[in-house]
Amino acid sequence: MDEIKDRLLKPSKATKQDQRGRMISYLSIGLIAILVISILYFIATRGLSMFFNDGIKVSDFLFKTDWNPGKKLVGALPMIVTSFGVTLLAALIATPFAIAVALFMTEFAPKRGARFLQVVIELLVGIPSVIYGLIGLAVVVPAMRIMYGGTGFGILAGAVVLFVMVLPTITSLTVDALKAVPSHYRQASLALGATRWQTIYKVILRAATPGILTAVVFGMARAFGEALAVQMVIGNAAMLPHNLVSPSATLTSQLTMGIGNTIMGTLPNNALWSLALLLLIMALVFNILVKLIARKGRIK
Amino acid sequence: MKKTLTLVGAMLALLLLITGCGKSKNQDTKMTIVGSTALQPLVEQASSQYSEKNSNISITVQGGGSGTGLSQVQSGAVVVGDSDVFAEQASGIKASELTDHQVAVVGIVPVVNPKSGIKNLSMKQLEGIFTGKITNWKQVGGKNEKIIVINRAQGSGTRLTFEQQVLGNKTAVKSQEQDSNGTVQQIVGSTPGAISYVSFSYVNNKIQPLSIDNVKPTAKNVATNAWKIWSYEHMYTQKKVSDKAADFIKYIQSESVQDGLVKQLGYISIHDMQVSKDENNQVTDK
Amino acid sequence: MNAKRNDHLATGIIYALVGIVVIILFGLIGYILVSGVPHLSWHFLTSPSKSFAAGGGIRDQLFNSVYLLVLTLLISFPLALGAGIYLSEYAPDNWLTSLMRTAIEVLSSLPSVVVGLFAYLVFVIQFQIGFSILAGAIALTFFNLPLLTRNIETSLSSVPNLQREAGIALGLSSWKTITGIILPAAVPGILTGVILSAGRVFGEAAALIYTAGQSAPALNYANWNIFDTNSFLNPFRPAETLAVHIWKVNAEGIVPDIDVVSNGTAAVLIIVILAFNLSARYVGNRLYRRLTSSK
Repeated sequence: MDEIKDRLLKPSKATKQDQRGRMISYLSIGLIAILVISILYFIATRGLSMFFNDGIKVSDFLFKTDWNPGKKLVGALPMIVTSFGVTLLAALIATPFAIAVALFMTEFAPKRGARFLQVVIELLVGIPSVIYGLIGLAVVVPAMRIMYGGTGFGILAGAVVLFVMVLPTITSLTVDALKAVPSHYRQASLALGATRWQTIYKVILRAATPGILTAVVFGMARAFGEALAVQMVIGNAAMLPHNLVSPSATLTSQLTMGIGNTIMGTLPNNALWSLALLLLIMALVFNILVKLIARKGRIK
Repeated sequence: MKKTLTLVGAMLALLLLITGCGKSKNQDTKMTIVGSTALQPLVEQASSQYSEKNSNISITVQGGGSGTGLSQVQSGAVVVGDSDVFAEQASGIKASELTDHQVAVVGIVPVVNPKSGIKNLSMKQLEGIFTGKITNWKQVGGKNEKIIVINRAQGSGTRLTFEQQVLGNKTAVKSQEQDSNGTVQQIVGSTPGAISYVSFSYVNNKIQPLSIDNVKPTAKNVATNAWKIWSYEHMYTQKKVSDKAADFIKYIQSESVQDGLVKQLGYISIHDMQVSKDENNQVTDK
Repeated sequence: MNAKRNDHLATGIIYALVGIVVIILFGLIGYILVSGVPHLSWHFLTSPSKSFAAGGGIRDQLFNSVYLLVLTLLISFPLALGAGIYLSEYAPDNWLTSLMRTAIEVLSSLPSVVVGLFAYLVFVIQFQIGFSILAGAIALTFFNLPLLTRNIETSLSSVPNLQREAGIALGLSSWKTITGIILPAAVPGILTGVILSAGRVFGEAAALIYTAGQSAPALNYANWNIFDTNSFLNPFRPAETLAVHIWKVNAEGIVPDIDVVSNGTAAVLIIVILAFNLSARYVGNRLYRRLTSSK
């Protein structure tokens, strides 16, 4: 009797396995958390040291426009404006295209066309930024120069290059979002006599809004963080952009260009880490903003 | 799901094992050199020739920029730090704790887009262009076209050398910046009205090198200081340096490398120089 | 009638937009291939690179790229899988989970050079791994984790709940349900994530400059001893990848045939990625069929 009781009370093999599996997934997320926290801590300490050790005012950093860390001038406003400009513009151009392609792949031509497009889009992710930069330099910049005058270097050229670079990210994540819409939504809508467009516009896109917004955020994140390609077409002039075709510099281009030339622990180096921190905070703000929008737009 | 468990376990074990081994193997037969991307090809080539003769030593040469090189050699993380600038010129580096080994001389030449029609400028005109006083090519005898100044990254060795020699104490006009010779070459070649400067070895047929006050940018003129815009390439070590590192640096400074590799890569041999320059830009006859 | 017209109009617009994208994509890929493929030759693929003479190849860079991809996936995939399972199946719906998600997403927006420097200072210098493929793989893991975790999570969540209920109803533990039913059903989605992150690995340069390094020392392909310095399998040797090679040649290269090397390498890169994508998809589909016993 006791034997049976014992056996019944002890966790079964499946239970043990279950616990072990759970442990593994907890461990992974824990490890990732440690990685994330360590890199955030690392950037935060380095990024803040300029304000604590070198006595730079946060307001000077955020709102002044002169960037010359060698002479203690660290106004990052031009880079902030440009980074925002390029990212928003790129996302603005890319999103309609990405949604169109994603709709095409999920709703219009789900079989062969979709598979084909998917392969091509995945291919694009792997093209190194340098190549995008070189092609941008050879094709986009001269085109901008001819169309809008000036040198061709500037936010517009950067946005065009970034548009192509973020397109794969936004598209593939949008496809996931659209696929996640249950098919009985479509069936119900079509059964009510709605046209395909009505179904897409009023049902599918609405249901997929949070997913699409996430896709856009990921795309913008990529655009924010991109350096090598943007650096080649934006001109890298640390001054406020007068218009979309005047040379300017983004946070990342300034960071990438300067980091190898500065000595660790000195003001010019710390200033660059502050740019990295700023980038991080901006990405965070974006993220939270979009989450809030998504929460509002969610269908109940 | 044992598979996943074993896989994860094995991964972690492998990682630990690997990192452990990495530590224990890091002994004096390994030597890491980090720093200036401009100097990297030379040191890399020299190191592969050197290790053919000395098979017991393995040298890793990496770029990362002069700042990185100086920071890391000062902190002792690497044996040698390559730099385009004197350690004294870099704020935050205690130059007295480092030993300077000059391994090559590099000449820097202003280049323009060929369509601007300019082949020679005076030093004054060059200064005017880079300080923003001269903004159109017709002011210096070219065609009516806006000048587009492309400077090098703030803090880069090339820019420091150029500004010291051309601008003196004046501040350069706010302009576009690029950080590598290759990119500058591409942009100047494709942008009408552009002017910038590159190391001698990056001049090609798509860009027009300029003479200054009718002095041509040649190795001979650099050797006599007739061409004034040049600088040393440095390999910095700590004051106490291992025999192996010292031997390798001596190898790079030897006649055979200086006359061979150094020249092939477009640098100027340190043995050819008839003058020397110190960290304050004072030139003295040898 | 209005609804019908709108339908036609919208369909037209969508087709037009897709058409533009297709033109851009083909223009881009065509541009790279047309300018690169003529330079390809057996010699180019099988000889080591040169630093100042013409006629260098990309043998070592090609191998390094593939090896780096394998190492990166070995590190990041199990981690992302575990985390993805946690987020989709176990995570309670509270502020901590949402904070975690946000943190992972923010990670993906860090510029590669920052991640590269972080990995350089912490792993290369502090942990003394040195400039190595391993350090490069760790740095790339930082980029891969957000994308991969997110992707695995969505793929898992998009498996209908009916399947979970069916598993539980059969008396399976929730772990068995996840690994036996949900995971196989999510394979195609997960695969997309792997392919996308592989693309990122192939294309990344800035983060690798400080970690995997930008030199390709001579390798001995007959040396299978993983701990030998010149063995091609040694994860501690510095390794320049194809993307880094392109960057280096364009930034500071002084070989006379820069265009040849740069365009040729880019074309090879595209072909390698294409080959990887197609074979991964093929293997993935086979796996999916095996695991779910569907046709």
